[in-house]
Formats: sequence, C-alpha cells, structure tokens
Amino acid sequence: MVEHPTDEGLVCRGLVKTYSGVSVLKSVDFHVRPGTVVGLIGENGAGKSTLSSVITGVVQRDGGEMLLDGRPYEPGSPSEALHAGVVLIHQEIRLLPDLSVAENIYLGRLPSRGGRIDRSRMHRDAAEVLGLLGVDLDPRRPVRGLSMARQQEIEIAKALSRNPAYVIFDEPSASLGETETEHVLERIQNLRSLNTGVVYISHRLDEVLEVSDEIVCLRDGARVAHWPSGDVARTELVNAMVGREFTYEHVAPQPSRADTVLEVRGLSSRGKFTDIDFTVAAGEVLGIAGLVGAGRTEVVRAIAGVDRPDTGEVLVDGQRLRPGSPQCAIKAGVVMVPEDRKGQGLNLNRTAAENLALPWEKSLSKLGMVTRRTIARLAAEQRERLDIRGDMHLPVKSMSGGNQQKVLIGKWLVRDPRVLIVDEPTRGVDVGAKMAIYEIIRGLAAQGLAVIVVSSELEEVLGLSHRVVVLARGQQQGVLTREEATPQRVMELAFAGSGDGPLPSEQPSAPLLQSADATSGV
Amino acid sequence: MSITNPTGRETTPVTDASSDGADRAHRPHRPEGRSLQGAALTVFRAIPGPLIGLVAVMVALSFMSPFFLTQQNLTNIVSQNSDIGIMAVGACLVILIGGIDLSVGSTLALSLMTSAWLFRQQGLPFTLCVVAGLLVGALVGLVNGVLSTYGRIQPFVATLATMSAGAGLALWLTDGNPINGFPGWYLALAGNKIAGIPLQAFILVGTYLLAAFWLRFRPSGRALYAVGGNAEVARLSGLNVTRIKIGVYMVAGVLAAVAGTIVGSRLDSAQPTAGTADLLNVIAVVVIGGASLSGGSGNMLNTFIGLMIIGVLNNGMSLLNVSPNLQPVVIGAAIIVAVLTDRGSRARILQS
Repeated sequence: MVEHPTDEGLVCRGLVKTYSGVSVLKSVDFHVRPGTVVGLIGENGAGKSTLSSVITGVVQRDGGEMLLDGRPYEPGSPSEALHAGVVLIHQEIRLLPDLSVAENIYLGRLPSRGGRIDRSRMHRDAAEVLGLLGVDLDPRRPVRGLSMARQQEIEIAKALSRNPAYVIFDEPSASLGETETEHVLERIQNLRSLNTGVVYISHRLDEVLEVSDEIVCLRDGARVAHWPSGDVARTELVNAMVGREFTYEHVAPQPSRADTVLEVRGLSSRGKFTDIDFTVAAGEVLGIAGLVGAGRTEVVRAIAGVDRPDTGEVLVDGQRLRPGSPQCAIKAGVVMVPEDRKGQGLNLNRTAAENLALPWEKSLSKLGMVTRRTIARLAAEQRERLDIRGDMHLPVKSMSGGNQQKVLIGKWLVRDPRVLIVDEPTRGVDVGAKMAIYEIIRGLAAQGLAVIVVSSELEEVLGLSHRVVVLARGQQQGVLTREEATPQRVMELAFAGSGDGPLPSEQPSAPLLQSADATSGV
Repeated sequence: MSITNPTGRETTPVTDASSDGADRAHRPHRPEGRSLQGAALTVFRAIPGPLIGLVAVMVALSFMSPFFLTQQNLTNIVSQNSDIGIMAVGACLVILIGGIDLSVGSTLALSLMTSAWLFRQQGLPFTLCVVAGLLVGALVGLVNGVLSTYGRIQPFVATLATMSAGAGLALWLTDGNPINGFPGWYLALAGNKIAGIPLQAFILVGTYLLAAFWLRFRPSGRALYAVGGNAEVARLSGLNVTRIKIGVYMVAGVLAAVAGTIVGSRLDSAQPTAGTADLLNVIAVVVIGGASLSGGSGNMLNTFIGLMIIGVLNNGMSLLNVSPNLQPVVIGAAIIVAVLTDRGSRARILQS
C-alpha cells in the first residue's frame, strides 16, 4: 500500500463521550484513510455505535478532537456531517416502500427543473449510481417487494449518491442471510476502489475479516486492540472483544435419546414449503439450516400453530395437533421463540414480569384472579434460572438485547414445554449473552426437551444440533447427522435447487417475491 | 419447577472474568440513599395525572361559585353524567385493544327504542323488554366485532357503518316519534335515592369497579392490554385475539344499552335521537383519562377521573352562566391540555 501522510483521512484523537455520568468512550483514537476499510468490532455496549454517532454528528463529543483531511471537523448534526462527506448507513433499512428506487435515493433533494421534478435526470443519475455499485436494478420500480439485500443496496446507493468521502456501516448484515451479505460486502469493495474510506461495524467476525484492511476492537469504551491487516485469527478477535481467553468452538453435545416427541409428516404450505418430514427425540437438538428465504421460519411457524399448513400433520407424543392454533400447540407443550423479538415475541412497553406471565395467566390464577405477587414470584424464578440482568418490573425495552432474549426464552419455560423451537435465538445479542443462550439450549435438551434450532449462522446450527435438516427453496434436501453435517455439505445442500426451476407451487404471493429474490442469488 | 438453572455454573466465570470493572457500565444504576426524596417522588408519580387536573378545576370552581361545592351539586354532577360514564367504560375497553367504537350513541338509541317499542306496540312485560334492549346492544357489538376481525374492516369504518345504520333503525321503528309512559319502578331507576345518593350513581360506580377489577385481576381482562399492546405477540402467546376483540365490542354494546335504560328512565321517554350526540363526549372522557388511541394503555380509575373533569367543567360553566355555545370550546381545550401534560409526565418518568 502507498505511504500516506498521517493526517490524511478521518482522524479522531482522544474522543470522550459521557452519558449521565457513565463514560461510554474513554479517549478513543481512530483513523480511516481514503480507500481503506476499517473493521470495528466489540461486544454490545463497547462503544461502537457511540463512536459512529460522534463521527456522523448524531451526538456531540465531550472531549478529544476530530480532523477531516487535516482540517478540524466538528459536525453539529447528521446533515453537517453529510455536507462534509461523512455518511452513516443504519442497521435498519429506512426506505419508503411505495416510492421508486430513484425517488428513495434522491429523497429530500429531488432534482427539479422549472419547478417540476426532473424525472429523466433523476432516473439517469440513479442508474449511474447503481451502475457504479454494480447493482442491476430498474430505478423506476417501487421498493416494495424487493428483498432485504436489495434494499440494503439501495441504502448504499443513496449514501453513494452524495459522493461521500467516508461511509460508516452500522451492522448492515444484521437482517441479511449469508449470500445476501456477500453482495453487500462486494458493494463495499466497490466503494473502496472508488477511494472512499469505509468503517464496517459488525458482530459477524467472518465478514469483518473478509472485508477489512485493518481492524479496531473496542471494549468498554476503550480501544483495546488494533490489527494493521485483515489477516488475524478469529479467536484472537474474540479474545480481544471479551477480554479473556474464550473457547469459541462449541462443546460437543450429548448423544440423543431414542424416544420420539415430535413428529412432522408431509407438511406442505403452498408457495412456502413442500413435504417436510422429520422427527425430534427427547433430549435431541435438531437444527434447521438453509439460505434466507428457504422456508425455515415458515416451517417452524406451521409446527407451532402460528400459520396453518395446507397439508400434513404435526404429532406430539403421537397426538395430532390442531393446525393453525398457537393455543393448541402451547397446550400440547410446543412453544416457539420467534425470530422477531419486537414484533412477535415481547411487548416492549410492558414489564418483563408481565411478558413472562402472558401465556400462562389462566393457569396462574387463583379463584379466577391473577395477583401481582404471583407474577413477581414467577419473574424472580425465571430471573434466577436464566441469569437475567435488569429490573423485571420495568418495561422490557429498558433491558439490553441479550437480556430481552432471555426474557423471551424464559416466557416459554414457565411451564415446562415438551418441544422448544428457537428461531434465530441469538440475533442482535452480544457474544457473552450468546454463549449463555447456547448453554441454556444445551441444558434444556439435557433435561429431556426436544429442541429445534433455526439460525442463519451456520456455526450456530452446527454447533448446537445433533442432526441438521437442510432446506432449499421450501424443499427438504436431507437430514444430516452431526458427523455428516460439515459446513461444506450443508452449504452444498442449501444451494441445491437454487437458481433453476420454479417455486414448489406455481405462484408466489407478495411476501414470497422477496424470498424468491433472495435465493435466486440476486 | 423441574428444570433447574441450566446457566448457573457456566455463566459465573463470565461475571468473574470481567470483575476488572469491565462489566460495571452495563449494570443499571439504582439510586440509593435518597430514600426520603425517592419515596416522595414515588408517591407523587403514583398520583394519576388527570386527578391533579380534576382537583385544580374543582378548587378553582369552588372559589368562583358558592353553589359548586354543595352535596346537592356534586351528586348532580355524578348522576347527570352516569349515561356517558357507562358508555365511556365500554369505549375505554375498546380503545384499550386498539379499536374505536363510533356506534355507542346509536346503539343507545336503538336499544332504548327497541325496549320501548316492544313494550308499547307488542305489549311484552317491561322487564323482558329491557333484557331485549340489552340483547340488541350485544348484537350491535357482535356485528362491530365480526366486521373488524373476520371482515378485516378497520374498526373506525366498521363502527361508522353501524353508527349510521343504528341511528336509522332507531328512527324507523317509530317513524321518529318518541314513546312515553313507562312503569313507575322504571322511573325510580333515575329518580330514587339511597342514603341521599341517586341509584344511577351507584350503577355508574359499580360498573367502573367491576371493569377495574376485571382489567386488573382476571386473565381475560388483563389480556386486553396484551392485545392492544401488540396483537401478534398476544396471538403467539396463545390468546384467542379474535374472540377477545369480539367480546370487547359486545361488552361495549351492552354498556351502551345500559346507558340507554338510564336515559329512558331519566327522561321518562324513549327518544329515537337520544345518545346520538354523546359520541364525542364519550371519547373525550377516555382521552382525558389518558388512554392512548393506539391501544394498550389506559385504566378505569383515570377514565372515571376524565368523566368527572368533563362533568365538573360543564357544571361549573353552567353555574357561571357561560354561554352553552362556548362550553364545547372549553372541553376541546381540556382535551389538548390533558394530552400534552400526560405526554410530558410520561417523558419525565422514562428519563428517570
């Protein structure tokens, strides 16, 4: 690499930020040069987001200095940062679904001529920006119906259309699957070749390793490690993040017992999945792997009675479950921790204790009454059992992601279930909580529960499961034992049937378009 | 509990390893050693916001009019507003689950006219007619519930339709004519007093107590907060959201019919247009009581206080000879003040 003068690029020296007496940034040094990608890693609460907020003017620093290409840089607001050429790409995608791709890219600064929007220029410019990124997309089409990866690409195009000198990505892959993430990473390579300085924040270390020229690790608001190249062992990254030796390899689970608890026979749902067949024994963890859009979530939703499948049946201890009834499934001991914690799992405005009690209030009532004391006792039990940190009698939204997830898992353990389904159990939680959740899942299986784990992280599925079902485009590609389930073999099956052939049933409805887009490799 | 803590042993090292202070920043900060000040603050926060408003209005009015703070006047306020108050209970329940019921006033009129018509024209025993009126209320609620759940029509639109239809049917029954001449015991419902307090005030307060108990202690009542807060979370938690919603609309319909019974007794006449002007007052009561129209928050105590604020304001303005045309302006201002202060206090609680 060419030798750069030290003040070139975006330089932060001794940044300090304090929120109500707590230091979240303690004299952090940070440096991004044009044309390089800096990976920023750290556990939740390490200060990554605060650092990116300070750099992009979302919050003001309390100390230290920032220089942009040698000149003092003091953004008072995100728009000032934008004018200086520093753009933040959020974790959540914020596009307006009914506007066109081009309108989303130029929202708030639509080109006009003679008081009217200059559509032809807007479309031409948008096409040019998309072309720079190597994204093949019609700027005239509405955003609705595009896959998450596509939408993320539009966000990147939107940022790029402002000709930024520096782009900061705050966990862009949080809502994407592995192939989709690949595309985003390619776009980042494009940005680098355009001589843009990039900061890439992610929990997924493989991505950081793949894309970064250098890596910075924060822990508790301090910069604790810096690697001048992307060529680092991942255990070294993990150790720096958690500040102690950490064996990342999953412990080998215990062998499963023989008695079948859950049996799924010929489950099909038009346009979503066909002919799903498997059993789960007591004490066994069954993983479901596949690309995003392969139908993993749809299958477990049908098992838990959330959606009604068209054909097929689900049996628990030989008893057939009434399809499409969460109540019936819960009564039979089949419970599901959904992937969308905020939308389907917890009511964030209610207290943790109220959330825990919600499915069980009828059985908790004495003389037809549920008292605060009963609920408080229940909350204390689950808090103890799952090591939940935080006040159980405050709204759940006051807790960290990891603790929210523990509350959500605890909600389904109040009455001992027979079958526990967890869909993306560690999405958006930090490494420490992740390990704790893995231990909870292993512990529950060891006590004789049948467990189903769905996850986009291959490592998670393979590390936890005794057997793995692989889905591709709604078809069950195979059931692998722990020995057979190498990452290569699973990915081979997961990509089987992608790219060619129609979906399992003739026509995809609106939500399906999204999954079709996602699997066909965009 | 047969499952023991599966994490206990494994997670302890995590905390130990970070005893260098690394983990401290994550822990919630609890104020300690400010117990007296803290206790005073807790007490202050426990006072419902609308109550402060009610006390303020009452203190002001007791200085402005010598007639305001008399037992006669205060019981009047309660009994005059008993019909709106009972409808507000139903409206609050509907708003709690994230719905809205525009048809309360029409339901009142339709059920009252049905009772009266069955009694006068069909000669049925009066008790039976009252029961029939309540059934009509339940039926309108059932239609509202089914349209807004199975029919997937937004509750605003569904109840707008039943509001229109109900008002029309009430007029059509008697061609727009009122019906008079009811049994004496029926008139006593509004007129009679027990220990100096009108019977209708007892019915009003009893309804609130019953609803408050239901919402606080019964699983089916507590479920309304879950449904209003996030219906999908409630459904995935095994609650029958559809049945709960339909049930709530039916309760609201029955309560409107109960209010109709009181109105008929008070006027000694069944008017086909009775109640049709009450809708906005009913919703104003619930909103001043701090319930959110997006659902999931609100309670009976605050709704009752909201009722009293509207009742006291109207009564006070009459005592002070404020033009009746200006009275709705003051109610409008009260709604805005209530919502703004409520939002302010919520932000303060979140901050602390």
